[in-house]
Amino acid sequence: MSSNLAVTPGQTVGPFFGYALPYPGGNLLVPQHHPDAVRLHGTVLDGDGQPVPDALLEIWQADGDGRPAQRPGSLHRDGYTFTGWGRSETDRVGHYHFSTLEPGRDDQGAAPFIALTVFARGLMHRLHTRIYLPGAAGLDDDPFLRSVPEDRRTTLIAHRDAAASLRFDVHLQGQQETVFLSFASTASTAPTWR
Amino acid sequence: MTTTDQAISASSHETINQETISAEIAAIHAKAAAERQGSSEPNPEPTLLDFPPYRSSLLRHPTKALHPADPESVELLAPVFGHQDVGPLESDLTIQHRGEPIGERMVVTGRVLDSAGRPIVGQLVEIWQANSGGRYIHQRDQHPAPIDPNFTGVGRCLTDADGSYRFITIKPGPYPWRNHLNAWRPAHIHFSLFGTDFTQRLVTQMYFPGDPLFPLDPIYQSIPDQADRDRLLATYDHSVTRPELSTGYRWDIVLGGARATWLEPEDVR
Repeated sequence: MSSNLAVTPGQTVGPFFGYALPYPGGNLLVPQHHPDAVRLHGTVLDGDGQPVPDALLEIWQADGDGRPAQRPGSLHRDGYTFTGWGRSETDRVGHYHFSTLEPGRDDQGAAPFIALTVFARGLMHRLHTRIYLPGAAGLDDDPFLRSVPEDRRTTLIAHRDAAASLRFDVHLQGQQETVFLSFASTASTAPTWR
Repeated sequence: MTTTDQAISASSHETINQETISAEIAAIHAKAAAERQGSSEPNPEPTLLDFPPYRSSLLRHPTKALHPADPESVELLAPVFGHQDVGPLESDLTIQHRGEPIGERMVVTGRVLDSAGRPIVGQLVEIWQANSGGRYIHQRDQHPAPIDPNFTGVGRCLTDADGSYRFITIKPGPYPWRNHLNAWRPAHIHFSLFGTDFTQRLVTQMYFPGDPLFPLDPIYQSIPDQADRDRLLATYDHSVTRPELSTGYRWDIVLGGARATWLEPEDVR
């Protein structure tokens, strides 16, 4: 542990990322006309319930068979290759949307989720969370979800608001504050996969 | 910007002076130092999310403790980027227009490492910055410094086999913002980084040594420990300069994430 290098601290993404980080097609992990395409969308809200128009969201997920993609091409999509990663800025009313696939269950058996990272002006450091799929196999007995107090668990589960459409709002504060994750202080030993 | 945000920032801008902001920063740092007393471990999360001197954070920081999670599934991997994603000229911010940008031309280079010191190879690095007059191309930056028609201030590259990145750019200027009366940001370059697992995702800012605005800036000071703040400073490095062409700075980046706190199995007692 003592031989570990100290980490570089994070800083806010600030107000001016809009001309640098978003790019055309960043939010289209699959084309919208793809037969399995699902819209993943929602609003980012602050502690007053007001929309956050200068947030940036990134998702990272497995494909429909639960396999993580390890293929380049996210920045210049060819329309055929599923890279598993996407980026969307919020619009003037704090809304974001992705066109993607619903991730399948992997061979470890945990409930499938989409990893989500949130950046915003006024947010000092990125936040990690997970978007679980409503009605997915394994949701009720997922060990991680069971570790989250029941009254907050629903903040991690998208809801189906239309055919092929999942809604997931991000509440930075407030009664429905989204559960954000810390990976930094839990495991005392390296996971066995290493 | 929300109505409340606007109200706070408007009132801040009119009535809150630097002395007030500096006193708030000092109080938070003193409290953080007391809490860290006796800890010799590196701090895995050195930046405070709840930092009122940066007024826009008031309604945007989580109020509940982050929930501990073991990384699973895709979190143990990172997205892959390749040469179809990033062109070789995207790392030179001085050749994106017809003419030469104005300002101090410089090389910014360094290595991206994980906390065990292993290089992050072939991974995406993105930067964005103000021009030499402190002005961003972004529409929202309306302060009356000149736009440089030959400078956009956006670059990308992939790290090479030893984790190195290298950009050619212009030294950015400091600029005013409306956090409080007469607030100025120290000169900085925004960096966006990926590691080998998704928990290492990092967006941060690189600064230049000796900037007189450091003690005044609520963003830089959102990191309470001086040793941690120092990790955001590039150093002048004569060996990376180009004769008759540009100065040079070196800045290495260490990505934390879940791996930062995992003990190697042999360390477990």
